[in-house]
Amino acid sequence: MPASLAEIAADFLDLAPKDRLQLLLEFSQGLPDLPERYADAPESLEQVHECQSPLFLTVEVGEGMPRGAQPVSLFFSAPPEAPTTRGFAGILHEGLDGLSVDEVLATPEAAPMSFGLAEVVSPLRLRGMVAMLSRIKRQVALKSGAALA
Amino acid sequence: MTATDYAHPERLVSTQWLADQLAAGAAGAGTQIVVLESDEDVLLYETGHIPGALKLDWITDLNDPLTRDYIDAEQFAAVMSARGISRDTTVVLYGDKSNWWAAYALWVLSLFGHENAKLLDGGRAKWIAEGRELTTAIPEVAPATGEAAYPVVERDDAPIRAFKEDVLAHLGKPLVDVRSPGEYSGELLHMPDYPQEGAVRGGHIPGAKSVPWARATNADGTFKSRPELEAIYLAEQGLSPEDEVVAYCRIGERSSHTWFVLHHLLGFDKVRNYDGSWTEWGNAVRVPIEK
Repeated sequence: MPASLAEIAADFLDLAPKDRLQLLLEFSQGLPDLPERYADAPESLEQVHECQSPLFLTVEVGEGMPRGAQPVSLFFSAPPEAPTTRGFAGILHEGLDGLSVDEVLATPEAAPMSFGLAEVVSPLRLRGMVAMLSRIKRQVALKSGAALA
Repeated sequence: MTATDYAHPERLVSTQWLADQLAAGAAGAGTQIVVLESDEDVLLYETGHIPGALKLDWITDLNDPLTRDYIDAEQFAAVMSARGISRDTTVVLYGDKSNWWAAYALWVLSLFGHENAKLLDGGRAKWIAEGRELTTAIPEVAPATGEAAYPVVERDDAPIRAFKEDVLAHLGKPLVDVRSPGEYSGELLHMPDYPQEGAVRGGHIPGAKSVPWARATNADGTFKSRPELEAIYLAEQGLSPEDEVVAYCRIGERSSHTWFVLHHLLGFDKVRNYDGSWTEWGNAVRVPIEK
């Protein structure tokens, strides 16, 4: 798992289960707004249907770097009345945004299970985060021309 | 209180009534009127809730993690006692999405025979739309102990809960499918936006009438008036309050809302919620479906 994501996981696991919800809420509040180019063109985002509440995302892959080393930028959109979904997106944004294509593609599919959240939000709800990650990886692979591991 | 022409008007309270009780110190954690928020989104309570309200999550608090079933009598007593609730405490439930999940929690409370349970008409959205106070402060609550502790009461499923075998025996009598039209017709194998709760076959239980649950609500999340509800369920669908009715959706939450409407607002005495619903029926071996 990328170090940045592992650090977030360690922060969650350091907390008592009840306090993990508070941290998730902070990630939900910290999710950046969409930049104008996407805010004005919501149809350019991909909907993650597996989430309970509507979540849309897209990725950008930078240019001018050797294949695999291009930086990845992540963009998410979810309404404020869906804080859990926003929190999942916030974790992935902080953990993966700015990493290289290779690093994002190497993130294990099961990474969302590493935050100790299953017991506080239920495994059913965590499926939304798993789906977000797999869609991010698929978009990164498509847009960078890399093969999905 | 709201519109008294419902069959059991005491099952609904208005936002104004609750605000008055809170202002008078008569409702909130530690009083005889405990307010519980139950949402689809497990974090919504933490973003801000009605002052004095406590949280009750339908998955983590009410479902058994290992068996597809609700918690047992001891666990239920612990959940209630921890929130300072005794057997005679009035519980006011509210939540997001027109009280969809609050109605589900109320139905589970009813399995344990907790009589004094009410819905806040309009739920979370109406409270917020009216500009009423929200807080992120989580109330300190003294657990109910000793005489006040919630008793261990065995769940009595039979009157209001139907299992697959019950539904098979019920075929030919009225069934209400409260899912979206696409799920009912079988075009969609899951609820729009909820593919994780899909089924291998699409369609509905033979003979079921299609009445999407949200038809019972107004735009502000409140319930429609009794005449409006009668126009839908009685005049249009041909149901009668004497009928034995089974309502279902995909896991039994949307149909709890319809159960509340038929039972408490329209006075149907024999309504059961089939919580196995389409995620069981649509995947079960050797049960008939209709498209």
